[in-house]
Amino acid sequence: MNETASRPACRPFIRPMRGWWQRDPFFIRYMAREATALAVALYAIVLLVGLVQLAQGEAAWNGWLDAMKTPWAMLLHLVIFFAMVYHAYSWFDIMPKTMPMMFVGGRRVAAATITRIGWGAAVITSLVLFALAWSWRP
Amino acid sequence: MKRSNAPIFWLLFGAGGMLSALLGPMLVFITGIAVPLGWPLPSNLMTYPRMLAVAQNWVGKSFLFVVIALFAWHAAHRIFHSLHDVGIHNGVVAQVFCYGGALVITLVAAASLLSVGF
Repeated sequence: MNETASRPACRPFIRPMRGWWQRDPFFIRYMAREATALAVALYAIVLLVGLVQLAQGEAAWNGWLDAMKTPWAMLLHLVIFFAMVYHAYSWFDIMPKTMPMMFVGGRRVAAATITRIGWGAAVITSLVLFALAWSWRP
Repeated sequence: MKRSNAPIFWLLFGAGGMLSALLGPMLVFITGIAVPLGWPLPSNLMTYPRMLAVAQNWVGKSFLFVVIALFAWHAAHRIFHSLHDVGIHNGVVAQVFCYGGALVITLVAAASLLSVGF
């Protein structure tokens, strides 16, 4: 714990930064938000591998489909799914801070309004996407 | 003064973040859970001829390219800017690894989509 003990007395105190983000719930949420990028990257790679297999022909594509059915792949996608949901939640949660101020009729649009519109849009696009997949059934 | 390239990466990050927030969860659910399980979508939803038709159609081709490329650029930008927070120096090596990775993903996706024909 006492990291300053081993240093010479003349050295200034350097605040230990190890595990800094675990000190405050705000930082934990920040790190969770940033960590969703790993899931987004992973999913982009999964799709890319599928696309490359598709371009290589039917046998290769079926190999990708079979790989998606393995328990590890399904577990991985479950984790990616929850990370994506958290990404969608937090993306619109912080959007009032990341986008330029918006005014309607001379009044600034409330942060909660922007967030709710974002969440609503995400729910609608998800339902539309599912409906498209549903109507595309063979 | 040299123009900053930051707005370009920020724009790709923002576009990818928005697209993955709107479509990401359901896309993962469809391709990673529903179709492999065969519920609630049938497991023959994504057979070879059907997916080939998607990749050859210009709408499907654009969709696949935009999703893969923007997801990659979004993730690359966010991971790059988080490296410092986990004690990794975000220098040139990290920059090449993150943005280079996104570039490779983009180029491989483009090449594959071109090679399946139109």
